[in-house]
Amino acid sequence: MITKEATTAAPAPAPAVPEPPRPVQRRRAWDEAPRWQIYLPLGIYLVFTLIPFYWILLFALRPAGSTSLVPWPMTTAHFEKVWTDRGFATFFQNSVLVGVATLFMTTLVALAGGYALARFDFRIKRGFMLALLCSQFVPGALLLVPLFEIFAELQMINSLGSVIIAETVFQLPLSMILLSNFIKNVPYSLEEAAWVDGCNRFRAFRVVVLPLLRPGLIAVGSFAFVHSWNHFLFALMFLNNQEKQTVPVGLNTLMSADSVDLGALAAGGIIAAVPVVIVFAFIQKWLITGFSAGAVKG
Amino acid sequence: MAQAAAVAKPPAPPRRRRASATPRRLPYLLIAPAALLMLGFIAYPVLSVFYYSLQDYNPTKPWRNGFAGFDNFTRIFTEDPLFLDTLVFSAKWVFVEVGLQLMFGLALALIVNQTFVGRALGRALVFSPWAVSGVLTSAIWVLLYNSQTGITRYLADMGIGEYGVSWLSDTSTVFPAAIVADLWRGVPFFAILILADLQSVSKDLYEAAEVDGASRFKQFWHITLPHLKDAIILSTLLRAVWEFNNVDLLYTLTGGGPAGATTTLPLYIANTSVDAHDFGYASALTTVAFVILLFCSMVYLRLSKFGGEK
Repeated sequence: MITKEATTAAPAPAPAVPEPPRPVQRRRAWDEAPRWQIYLPLGIYLVFTLIPFYWILLFALRPAGSTSLVPWPMTTAHFEKVWTDRGFATFFQNSVLVGVATLFMTTLVALAGGYALARFDFRIKRGFMLALLCSQFVPGALLLVPLFEIFAELQMINSLGSVIIAETVFQLPLSMILLSNFIKNVPYSLEEAAWVDGCNRFRAFRVVVLPLLRPGLIAVGSFAFVHSWNHFLFALMFLNNQEKQTVPVGLNTLMSADSVDLGALAAGGIIAAVPVVIVFAFIQKWLITGFSAGAVKG
Repeated sequence: MAQAAAVAKPPAPPRRRRASATPRRLPYLLIAPAALLMLGFIAYPVLSVFYYSLQDYNPTKPWRNGFAGFDNFTRIFTEDPLFLDTLVFSAKWVFVEVGLQLMFGLALALIVNQTFVGRALGRALVFSPWAVSGVLTSAIWVLLYNSQTGITRYLADMGIGEYGVSWLSDTSTVFPAAIVADLWRGVPFFAILILADLQSVSKDLYEAAEVDGASRFKQFWHITLPHLKDAIILSTLLRAVWEFNNVDLLYTLTGGGPAGATTTLPLYIANTSVDAHDFGYASALTTVAFVILLFCSMVYLRLSKFGGEK
């Protein structure tokens, strides 16, 4: 920052520009492309992004059998049908439960582990880090059968607990690495200062470190929520009872029917999208900073 | 030159403090929950997959269960044409998806990294499919592709193509149709990661390049791209593994059809274990898939010289 201002204010220190002082009128900054080079491709890409969203809104809101390209006259019939007749009220409740439980479990466990990785040297640390990285190559979908058997052994088939555990476990490695990087960025001396002031380790962490981890916690927590909200296979496999199923499984049921009720499918899709859109709108500004501070440094 | 600016803060080595009464056990206690969960629900299942791969194991045919040696593996490589077909399709799927996602993601990140009016809104909108699930993506594209009221009908109204065409049920169009659907939600992932990494390029470098008269393309080629290299390698690798393993989208969009035209190896494995209950054989397939994945990842990291020049 400071260096940049210095170079623009004072004449360039380089000997290459000796006599004529820089022209006073504002030079184009390095990152300024001609406007059309931004708006044209962005506009085209936006069309590609937004048409599918518009399409699902259109199908959800226009009466069945209509072929109009505007959702008018508008109807809520599809939503009412999906919500009550097709059981999306129950699915929604289950999904919220799974999402929130996964969020808290992942964040807590990853925070503890991430703190250990960031602040201590211990014997199995390298091995543990390696295991975390390797686990990224383990395909959850290919472990369905043994996982099913484990949950059957634990009497957890048809209970949301099985899905919560499975989602948490597969979220943990990345969350832990991400959080440990965030903790590393908080100077250790801050904690030590708090100890001198008489805090114990836990209190020092809670008072000094935790508030500074907000972007990291938001990133990890919202990933955990969005992933478990969206994920489909575990819920499909471990929950056979219709009362226990989640929104994505409900969507799949609508899609795999012999003749797909497009209006109901669209309305169900919008119900599935609402919480994710809310979370997304909330974390959007944290997302970039969260990644650049935590993830990429490795 | 301006490199110096990038090395502003030397990483302070964490000072050891013995003074605070830190029990030796504390780090172990802290990682215990994570370690136990991962041992129980990742390591143990992985080991049991290896174990089952050497067994005949089918709950619906219990009389045949027992030790099978390498029979399952022999069957994979000698008697099962589906293995090779699905593996080839998986490779094609991963290669095309990751390549296109990277290309468009990079372009998108460079565009929204510029300063322009409406940037915040533009970013929010183009990134939004990132959060959409595979199943929901399928639902949306089923609506778009359906033969009666999908996009083809309105195209036909305008005189493009014919009525009643369903891209998802024709073996010649299903591949591009599925690719586009997955691109829709995959491109923002790359764009977000690359945009995050772009924030840390030192602006001094560009200014220096500007002074030297480098064109914008040269700046991109010599400054931006080298800076992004590690992030690109890592995100393409993670994404490739993810695209290989993830079955949500194809399972719900095409179900692997029509006529097996979009069956990936994991989808084939899922069908073998879930529909045919042939757990032993599915485990052997899983083992092979896992080895292939690991091998390809190592080769990729080696060839791309990840983390080199440091």
